[in-house]
This record gives sequence, C-alpha cells and structure tokens, in this order.
Amino acid sequence: MMVDHQNIYLILSALLFVIGAAGAITRRNAIIVFMCIEIMLGAVNLVFLTFSRANQSVEGTFMVLFIMAVAAAEAAVGLAIFILMYRKAGSIDVDRFNIMKW
Amino acid sequence: MLTNYIPVLVMILVGVAFGVFSVVVSSNLGPLRRFKVKKEPYECGMKTQGATYVQTPIKYYVVALLFLVFDLECVFMYPWAVHYKKLGLFGFVEMMVFIAILFVCYLYVWKKGALEWE
Amino acid sequence: MDMLEFVVPELDFRAILPQIILAITALTVLLTGVFSREKKGPAIGFLSLAGVALSFSAVVFSGSQTVSSFSGMLTNDSFARFISMIVCVVALLTILISINYRKISPAINSGEYYCLLLFAALGMMFMGSAGNLLMVFVALETMSISIYALAGFQKQREKSIESALKYFLLGAFASGFLLYGFALVYGATGTMDIVKIGRFLNDHPLVVHSPLLLGGVALMTVGFGFKVAMFPFHMWTPDVYEGAPTSVTAFMATGVKAAAFAALIRVFYVALGSLQVDMTQIMWVIALLTMTVGNVVAIAQSNIKRMLAYSSIAHAGYLLVGFVAGGELAISGMLFYLLGYAFMNLGAFGVIALLAKKDGEYTELSDFAGLGFKYPAMGLVMAVFMFSMAGIPPTAGFMGKFYIFTAAINSGFIWLAIFGVINSVISIYYYLRVIVTMYFKEPEQDIVMLTPTGAIILALVIAAAGVLFMGILPSSVLDIARNSTTLIM
Repeated sequence: MMVDHQNIYLILSALLFVIGAAGAITRRNAIIVFMCIEIMLGAVNLVFLTFSRANQSVEGTFMVLFIMAVAAAEAAVGLAIFILMYRKAGSIDVDRFNIMKW
Repeated sequence: MLTNYIPVLVMILVGVAFGVFSVVVSSNLGPLRRFKVKKEPYECGMKTQGATYVQTPIKYYVVALLFLVFDLECVFMYPWAVHYKKLGLFGFVEMMVFIAILFVCYLYVWKKGALEWE
Repeated sequence: MDMLEFVVPELDFRAILPQIILAITALTVLLTGVFSREKKGPAIGFLSLAGVALSFSAVVFSGSQTVSSFSGMLTNDSFARFISMIVCVVALLTILISINYRKISPAINSGEYYCLLLFAALGMMFMGSAGNLLMVFVALETMSISIYALAGFQKQREKSIESALKYFLLGAFASGFLLYGFALVYGATGTMDIVKIGRFLNDHPLVVHSPLLLGGVALMTVGFGFKVAMFPFHMWTPDVYEGAPTSVTAFMATGVKAAAFAALIRVFYVALGSLQVDMTQIMWVIALLTMTVGNVVAIAQSNIKRMLAYSSIAHAGYLLVGFVAGGELAISGMLFYLLGYAFMNLGAFGVIALLAKKDGEYTELSDFAGLGFKYPAMGLVMAVFMFSMAGIPPTAGFMGKFYIFTAAINSGFIWLAIFGVINSVISIYYYLRVIVTMYFKEPEQDIVMLTPTGAIILALVIAAAGVLFMGILPSSVLDIARNSTTLIM
C-alpha cells in the first residue's frame, strides 16, 4: 500500500510548498510569481491526494478537482491583469507597479 | 513475470551505451575546427532570420485562456460520467444545467468577438 | 474497500433559492450587456438591483428552520441567513452607488461589472452557509476571483491595475496557505465536513494537540488573516482600497469582511471548538495589534480612501475582539457590528463616489474643505457616517462596539476591552478631522459635486437611516442577531 510511503509525499509537498512560497516572495516578474503560486497549489494537491489515499475517503480527491478548476479560473483572470499591465507600462515587473507606498 | 521485461532492459542498455559511445568517440577522434557557420543553430539549410525572441500576438493568449477555462470544466464531467447510470434522469438534468451555464458564457464570449482572429 | 461507493444525495433546492436567484440574474445581466444596443442607460444596474431584491426577499421569507443540505455541504441555519442578509444589503447599496458612479467611470456600466458583482455576492452568501471546507474554498474563490477582476475595472487608471495586481497576487498567495491548512486538518481528522471535524476532535482529544492539526490551524489562520486584513497580513489593504474603483472598494471593504468573518467564525467555533482556549491566547494579541496599527497609521493618511482602508483594518481588530471573547453575546455583537459597518462604510464611500471627476477622483482629504456648507445634505450624512465609525452615540458604530466590548469583559478580557476603548478614542481624532475639514476649512479649489441621481440619494438615505436606526433602536436588530447565533454543531 502507498500509505506506508505517506511521509515521503508529505515531505515532498512541504518542500514544494516552501519553494513556491519563497519564489513568490522573492521574484519580481509577475508571471513567475504566479507560477510560484501555482507550485504552492500543486503541493497542496499532493497533500490532499496523499491523505485521501491514507484516510480512504474520496473527499480529498474531489478537493483536487476543484483546486484545479479554480486555479484555471485564477490563471485566466491573472493573465488578463498581466496583459493590462503590459499594455499600460510595457513591463510586467511587480516593482514597476508600486506607485502607492506599501 | 519480471523476466518478460529483460529484453526491454537490454534494449535500454544498448541504446544508452550506443548514444554515449558515439558522442564520446566522435568528439574525441574527429578533428575540431570552429568557425562562424558552425555555431549557428542549423548549420545546413536556410540562413536563420530575425531574432529568436518573437512576440506572440495577444489574440493567441485570449484563445489559450478560453481553451484553458472551458477545457477544465470537463474535469467535472468525468466523475459524473462514471456514475451516469446511478444518477439517472436527475443527474442528466443537473449536468445539462451545468452545461447551460457554460453555454451562456460561450454565447457571451462569441458575441463579444473574442473568438474572431482578426 | 470501495472508495467510489456512491449514493445520490438528498438535495434541497429551496435551501439555496437566494443563491439560485443571484446566479440567474448574473447570467441574465451578462447576456443583456452584450446583446442590448442600449449601452449608456442605467437599465443593467436596475436589472441587477431587482435580482438582489428578489434574492433578499427569498432570504427573509425562507423561514427559520435549521437544516443541513447537500450532504452537509451547506448548513442553512439562522447564522447563514443573517450573513446572507448582510450580503444582500451590501450588494444592494453597492449597485445603487454604481448606477451613479458610471458617470465618472463609464466602463463600469457594463454587463460584466454587474455580473461579477453578483457572482461575488453569491460567493459571499455561500461562505456564510458553507458546511464543508471544500465549500468554504469554492465560495471564497468565487468571491475573490470576481473581485480581482472588479478591482482592475478602470483599465486606463494605473492605480486600478496596480490594485488588481496586488490583490490578485496576494489573494492567490493567501489561498495557497489556506488550502495547505485545510489539507493538514483533513489529514489529521480524516474529513472535510466542518461539523464532523468538530465531533472528531471532541472524541479524540489526543489529535487536538498533534503537530499536524496545529500546523493546519496556523496556516488556515494566515489564509483567513489575509482575507479579513488582520495584522500582520494587512499590508495589501490600503493599496488595494485606494486603487480600486470607489464602488468596488465599498463592496470589498464591507462584503468581503462579512463573508470572511462568517467563514472564520464557523470554521473556528464549530470545527475547531476544542482548540478555542489555545487560540484565544494568540488571537487576543493579534486583535490588539490589528486595532492599534489600523488606528495609528490612519492618523497619518491624507488620502481619504487610504484612511478608510486603515480604518477598516482597525474595525477588523474590533471584530477580532469579539472573536476572542466568544460565546453567544460576542457572536451576536459581531453580526450586529458587521451589519452596522456595512451601512456606515458603504455610506462613506458613497459620498466619496459623488465627488469624483472624469480622469481621477477627489480623494484627498483637503478636497473636502468647505464642502459641508456648499452641500449641506451631503455634509450631514458624511458626518453621521464618520460619527458612527468613531463610535459616538447614537449610531450603529457605538452600539456595535458596546456589545463587543461587553462580551469581552464578560469573558474576562478586561484589558482587551480597555485597549479597544482607548483605540476608539484615538480613532475619533481622524474621523472628526474629516468633519472639521468639511465645515471649518476654506476650500482650496472649486470642487463640484456630481448631480446626485435618485439611486445614490436612495443609497445614502438607506445607509444613514440604517446607521441611526441601529444606534437608536438597537434591540430590534440585536434580537435578530441573537437568534442568529445558533450554529449547527
């Protein structure tokens, strides 16, 4: 059974999540930031599938389907925003869009 | 049972060995002369033109986005299809409602002109 | 084992009638927007208004039964109905403001704008009634994705794009944390059903302090913290609120807050009730810091939208005081406060939306100089909203704070209540500054208000009446809120 290897998957997903989060914080290109966020969502999917398998319940698997669909919708809105940025400023650097102080 | 796979393993080994062998041997034995034409991506054939960094028309992204969104809706149809018989007429109507909502969005996209290339 | 054992669930469509009405209206509005030739008039706005009104009546007349439907995905209790009512009020007032705001920003007079607004409201309603973490997530994203797009609706204004960008990136980042938290809680308890998680943790006290569950709860707190603008995850608020179109800012400051707090209350009280003692030890510090940071930084702001953004952080802090206190009185106080906050904040943003010009807006505080005498009615309602936000009687803001701080004292958080009162006193300074500017400063430039249409007058009258009614006769609303604290356990 795969349950025996649960920890491997959990560690892998934790690593992926940290990589994604670190990238999202440090990168300046909007699309790369968004890709890093997608890595985080991928890590979450892995956790859900692992636990779905371990708990013998189908709920986690369905959650993955919904996360995928929502991520697609998010990507659509996100890319629209990036295109808007590019048209306005000719760049998708996140720092370029910082007229308001944090 | 695993013995069935031994020919595959042998094949892989032979393939990898041949690849490594030919690369190593040819780079060691052959004479090495570097000049400009040789450095081009395609040494023989037509001369390359323009920059490799080409901008894709923005229309392409719109189509790609629409594809992505509508494509992923199919994800929800697979579990439905698996249980289609158990769900009966009710399940059919439910999925029709789902598709009807998508169809409204499709109508919107179409009317808005996002599907026209020009 | 058969993971795919399947039973057709019992479905109760009456339970989601208000949401169905909203969804149908949203789709109709979307199609009307592209198919009708008439692009300038307010017809689309009134169509969506009718939909929201219908949905509101469906909420009010849906009876008082407490049912869990769609195999536990939705819990239709009185708490969910109260949140739905708040969301309807918010959507109603936002649409009324938008109908007028289209003169400043013609882009928002489109089917897309109202469609996204209605879908966001739909997501908020589902957040209030979600009975499963999956539903919380889907509802949250329905709301958030719509609002990302709404924030960037003024395509020509760089600030609007920046606002959409920041809200989008940070929102997506936060939902990553929220989801990881959900996943760990699911792993620790083996279920995503909020009620079942609560029962499981009651029966298995050992799991309550397992690292898996605690990690999940911490990550969930981060995720929710972003959505409710809780310290230290509040950094995005001022930028996003300043940049977004004023009507959208009003909508997200009130609606998102109500929906996010609803989900927060349900998840943390019902599912994680066993952890409440541990939670409060951290949360009271966060509540204190959220109030203080919001109020102190708001003093330094010269832009009124930015000031209201920091004030919204402070209000999230007051609401967190109620969250820390817990119990029936605190929940009813929070519900009361959320409704009152919806009225006063939408009212204030409605006034700001009246002063906007074509290529930008008059949002500096100094732009308000002398307007109190020039437009007495406008000055008066703005004063009412500012008094209410500062918590001066007889307004909704005062009564809301009163209930929340009373609940905090009853639960033994006397110091927290005292700090809350001190914070309210600090906040009076910058709220009153708006009134002082309006009445006692000489105008630097000649600012002309938009001719108010019936819609915005109606919105401001409803908002002001709501604020005063809840301040003068609070018991009638509080009774409803009290009856709305029964969560399905």
